Amino acid sequence: MTPTLWVMKVLLSHWRRHPMQLATLLVGLMAATALWSGVQAINTQARLSYDRAAAAFGGGTTAMLVPARETSVPEGLFARLRRAGWPVSPLVEGRVRIGEQQVRLIGIEPISLPRGAGPAPAIAQTALQEFFAADGETLVAPETARLLGAGAGARLVTETGTRLPLLKPVADLVPGLLVTDIGWAQRILKKPDRISRFLLDPAPGGARRPLEEVAGDSLRFVAAGAETDLQRLTASFHLNLTAFGLLSFLVGLFIVHSAIGLAFEQRLPMLRTLRACGVSARGLVGVLAAELVLLALAAGLAGVACGYLIAAALLPDVAASLRGLYGASVPGELALSPQWWLAGLAMSIAGALVAAAQALVKVLRLPLLASAQPQAWQRAQQRWLTGQAGLALVALAAAAAAFVFGTSLVAGFAVLAGIMLGAALTLPVIISVVLRAGERMTRGPLARWAWADSRQQLPGLSLAMMALLLALSVNVGVGTMVGSFSATFLHWLDGRLAADVYVAAKDDGQGAEIAAWLRRRPEVAAVLPSARAEIQLGGETIELLGVADHATYRDLWPLLEKSDTVWDRLRDGDAVLVSEQLGRRLGLRLGDTIRIPAPGGDWTAVVGGLYADYGNPRGQIAVNVDQLSRRFPDASRTRFGVRVAPADAPALMAALESTFGLGGRNLADQATVKAESHRVFNQTFAVTAALNAFTLAVAAVALLTSLLTLAQSRLPQLAPLWAMGITRGRLAALELCKTLALTLGTALLALPLGLVVAWCLIEVVNVKAFGWRLPLAVFPAELVRLLGVAMLAAFLAALLPVLKLARIPPVTLLKIFADER
Amino acid sequence: MSLRTTLSLLAAMLLAALAVAPARAQGFAGLGTDAGGFAEVVRGRPLTFPADHGAHPQFRIEWWYLTANLVDAQGARYGVQWTLFRQATVPADRGEGWDNRQIWMGHAAVTSAATHRFAERFARGGVGQAGVEASPFAAFIDDWQMRRAPSEAPTLAPLQLTASAADFSYALRLTGDARPVPQGDAGFSRKSERDQASYYYSQPDLSVSGSVTIDGKAIDVTGQAWFDHEWSSQPLASDQTGWDWFSMHLESGDKLMLFRLRHADGAHFFAGTWIGRDGRAQPLDPGDIVLTPTATTLIAGRELPTGWQLAIASRGLSVAVAPLNPLSWMDTRFKYWEGPISVSGSQRGVGYLELTGY
Amino acid sequence: MLKVTRLSKSYALPQGRLSVLRAVDLAVEAGESVALTGESGSGKSTLLHLVAGLDEPDGGEVALDGAVVSNLSESGRARLRRDRVGLVFQQFNLIPSLKVGDNLAFQANIAGRFDAAWYDELVERLGLTGLLDRYPEQISGGQQQRVAIGRALAVKPALLLADEPTGNLDEATADGVVALMHELVKRSGCGLLMVTHSLRLAGLLDRRLHLTAGQLS
Repeated sequence: MTPTLWVMKVLLSHWRRHPMQLATLLVGLMAATALWSGVQAINTQARLSYDRAAAAFGGGTTAMLVPARETSVPEGLFARLRRAGWPVSPLVEGRVRIGEQQVRLIGIEPISLPRGAGPAPAIAQTALQEFFAADGETLVAPETARLLGAGAGARLVTETGTRLPLLKPVADLVPGLLVTDIGWAQRILKKPDRISRFLLDPAPGGARRPLEEVAGDSLRFVAAGAETDLQRLTASFHLNLTAFGLLSFLVGLFIVHSAIGLAFEQRLPMLRTLRACGVSARGLVGVLAAELVLLALAAGLAGVACGYLIAAALLPDVAASLRGLYGASVPGELALSPQWWLAGLAMSIAGALVAAAQALVKVLRLPLLASAQPQAWQRAQQRWLTGQAGLALVALAAAAAAFVFGTSLVAGFAVLAGIMLGAALTLPVIISVVLRAGERMTRGPLARWAWADSRQQLPGLSLAMMALLLALSVNVGVGTMVGSFSATFLHWLDGRLAADVYVAAKDDGQGAEIAAWLRRRPEVAAVLPSARAEIQLGGETIELLGVADHATYRDLWPLLEKSDTVWDRLRDGDAVLVSEQLGRRLGLRLGDTIRIPAPGGDWTAVVGGLYADYGNPRGQIAVNVDQLSRRFPDASRTRFGVRVAPADAPALMAALESTFGLGGRNLADQATVKAESHRVFNQTFAVTAALNAFTLAVAAVALLTSLLTLAQSRLPQLAPLWAMGITRGRLAALELCKTLALTLGTALLALPLGLVVAWCLIEVVNVKAFGWRLPLAVFPAELVRLLGVAMLAAFLAALLPVLKLARIPPVTLLKIFADER
Repeated sequence: MSLRTTLSLLAAMLLAALAVAPARAQGFAGLGTDAGGFAEVVRGRPLTFPADHGAHPQFRIEWWYLTANLVDAQGARYGVQWTLFRQATVPADRGEGWDNRQIWMGHAAVTSAATHRFAERFARGGVGQAGVEASPFAAFIDDWQMRRAPSEAPTLAPLQLTASAADFSYALRLTGDARPVPQGDAGFSRKSERDQASYYYSQPDLSVSGSVTIDGKAIDVTGQAWFDHEWSSQPLASDQTGWDWFSMHLESGDKLMLFRLRHADGAHFFAGTWIGRDGRAQPLDPGDIVLTPTATTLIAGRELPTGWQLAIASRGLSVAVAPLNPLSWMDTRFKYWEGPISVSGSQRGVGYLELTGY
Repeated sequence: MLKVTRLSKSYALPQGRLSVLRAVDLAVEAGESVALTGESGSGKSTLLHLVAGLDEPDGGEVALDGAVVSNLSESGRARLRRDRVGLVFQQFNLIPSLKVGDNLAFQANIAGRFDAAWYDELVERLGLTGLLDRYPEQISGGQQQRVAIGRALAVKPALLLADEPTGNLDEATADGVVALMHELVKRSGCGLLMVTHSLRLAGLLDRRLHLTAGQLS
């Protein structure tokens, strides 16, 4: 064995004698790595599926020619472009409703489709012969086929009664997508002779004639690598997840730091001996670092494995969130690369080294001759507290700077991080002040001792307390934010879902019939037709929503801002309403003029009002339905809201169902739609709740491990009390009370901090991430519940060390006096 | 000419290029021996022009093939290939627009002694990306085309020929007033001892001028070109493994086309046509053709016979055939060898050689 | 073997500089045992630390086997300590998580100079047979100090330095330990410099030097 290995053996022998410490260290590293890698796994998975989606749709990975003004261009452009040297492949796309499901349909031209740009794996596995055959083929991801309740060879029928080609499930295809030949898609989507966009083959080709010469200004070039809509929209969500992951990582590192700190403290005499025996300081630090890397590697492996499990458990929730918030489809199964495993291990090692840096530096500067002096802990603690306070000020100043000067989402998170870090660093200072005051006010000797002892314990426990503070305040903050959102959302739904029954006809013809039928019914107070169209504005697709001119909207629709005569001007087509997030994105304010590209010529109108449109990733413009139909003749008029007395609603729906064969999604009453919206909403924030629970659990572990490690080192403080006649049980009870009191103090501080976090999330992060602002609502019952959870966590964490203390063999306490420490 | 090539190429286009399972490839190859509902090639149907310059979509496969032997001002030699293939994926295809079930493929190449450049294009019929019009003649795929230049003459030529790819391009003008030369029996070209046959005519006597660009450097060239047009539905016998095809412009002004369809059992099928200076075509007696490989080139693990000895006793011809560039490998989705050759011996000349199925 | 020439050392205190050693000259020959006595604060331990290279002198030099200790770098001094010097302290400084046997072999192992025969002999002479599989906390103070002495000698140092090695032991045990140390030093042929305040123990060794106010007499 080489000398280095001998030193390593000596260092490792310490852990054999202190398995609990080792467990603490490993658990801390594992917890840190696990949540971090779990979140990373989810992010990676999501990004992978965006890329896949992007590739399949000819998004980010492929250069494209997209319609510059309208949503599609004439088919003749395809041959013109090809003949001019442009290696384009046409694509037509739209949405179809099949049964209960809304799915995306893409028509491709397989022969010109650039290799690697198309849903390549899908086409690779299908015979062109069959794709081209008279019956054709509809390629679909197996999970989507399952969702549609159809198997291979089935012929799906759309809501409007069009039959699709034979279904062919293809693994690896993007979910939520149907792929047919372009000819089929044009018929199904009722876009004859139209192309939605062109994909450009990246392979080098010959000379091209200038685009303007071929296509005039009808097409716009979009370079490859441009950010996709999905990536842009979901960036904030993933940043959120990453922030959570990072927070957990930090909390985990707190655990590691305290465990390592304690281990080093205990091994100081051993390290001195090693130095005296001729091991150089640098060599010792090297071996210590190697030992740490070894431990981090072991813990990292376990942590990454746990991360995988966490990710697998969370992914369905995340997928639900992404679908709910952005309509992004992420498959529910994990597929991870070796890089992910390596990154997890690297994080574990880096984290361990960072957490141990202080201890390592200490070893490097270890004075060889310092004997085991009783620590002047009072003065040391004072210095430490001053340092903490200084750092806290810096963190808070940084938060303030980010708030004042920052504009991006990242700056929003920086504000959050600064506030939380600052508060966490201040925590020991505040607790110390409280303890000092308590000590001064108390008379009984034992109580005085308890106060003083708590203060001495503070450095050892403070990291765990800081972790608890962070976890709790994030819980309060996120809980308050989601609660506020939920309350606002429900209130808003009440306004938006003003009609009592919602009807969707199969086509325009049936729509007209239904409208006429409804108007003849005596119980129907009003029929409110609506229509939708899509336009390109500011480089993105915007929804145009046509609403009827009716008291229902005039009275009930809650507008955030409006001009006086907005509803009259809306009726006349002079004004439009703009959704909050679109207004923010395009910088539109009340009274601004907006130009809406329409088939018959641009439509210029004034922004007459702004409205909340929560949960819609797309920008939306609300206009009068008749104005919309006049300017967009193609917009379908199949949807109606019906005002009817709630008591009459079931009978009316039954009549509609029997008369027109409507059912399922085509007919719904207000309550059903609301319930469904609420369900989607809850699903959307399920992942937040899960992450909250995880973070809190990690904080509890931090507390437990800190208490466990402290328990051992605190025996010399407790032994004299025992010798003076205080029973072990009494000492244990005192310890428990102290822990609970410290936790209570921390939790009480976490509540206001959590509200600040909530404010920050709502006023800064949300606005930047989603484009909407909410009123902040406080839920006292929820706060009390969290307080209870924190106390319970502290109680559970303190239980083991306290029980150990209550049952400690007297001989162990006696040894304290015998041992020279 | 190269029926095998074309069938395989088009099969490859469907099968390999678009990555279909191998099992399907076998099934499709099986169709090759049977017209399967497509129009059949029959003896005695006269060719009519200009209508027969155009496409015959009721037949399964068809191609327009142009090869040119060129020289620049310094005497350096070049070869140019331009080919458009058509394949019908269903019989009696009458589909319009996207319902059209014709698939098109273009190959273009430029060969010099030092380099061989090639490119390919695929297209779907019905939407104007590729096609052939009879009159005025125009064959095109994407921005590649062979198009009748404005002229009062009743002939196929003058033609304007262009193709471009990342590392080469060419723009050539083809002239010549000779009438199309029917191959085989008045255009009925047999491909085996059984009934496999195609309609096949050539225009072997075209003069060329224009420019070839390699890596951005334009070179003015002149020379002579050979145009082929062939269509069929059931062109190959099941035991035929490949194809060696020659076209030659001899110094005497005579033209020669001959091919050997290789049989697995070694009993190869020979056919050829001697075209005199006057444009009169006379089929060769297969027994009169003596064709012997003399040199091979190893490309991509295949041994290709790129040097030949050819003798046709009845015409007093005994020549050696050597490639301008033995590495004239078409590394397209279906791979074959196609390049310019020179002829020496009892007569001198230039031409093109095509080797498939190796 | 050990040659100390005009060694001086002083410390900065709030009350001003305190001279601990003033131009001390000292030599220890191979196989020779020297006791260093003096009042508390007379500079005995400081002298020992300087000789061991644990601290740096203000002036003068320490030469061990011809190598000038004070000229060496930190890692050079560590290597010298590892290979050529054995240290025994009042606190036994055993590694609590290593068994007695491993403690005994430890320095020899990291110096790469482990000699099994010498190790066995030490175990026997130090009376540690049967204790090798115990942890330090499971044996008596006298036994612990014998392990510490054995650890220092196992590396076959040129010089054994002992700082009040028996301070934690009763008289009878202390005498036994010092006698054993003396004997082993003779046996291994190294030099011994032992700091003690006990004249009785000093009398057990070959020679005694007395340090008063930073100077030898």
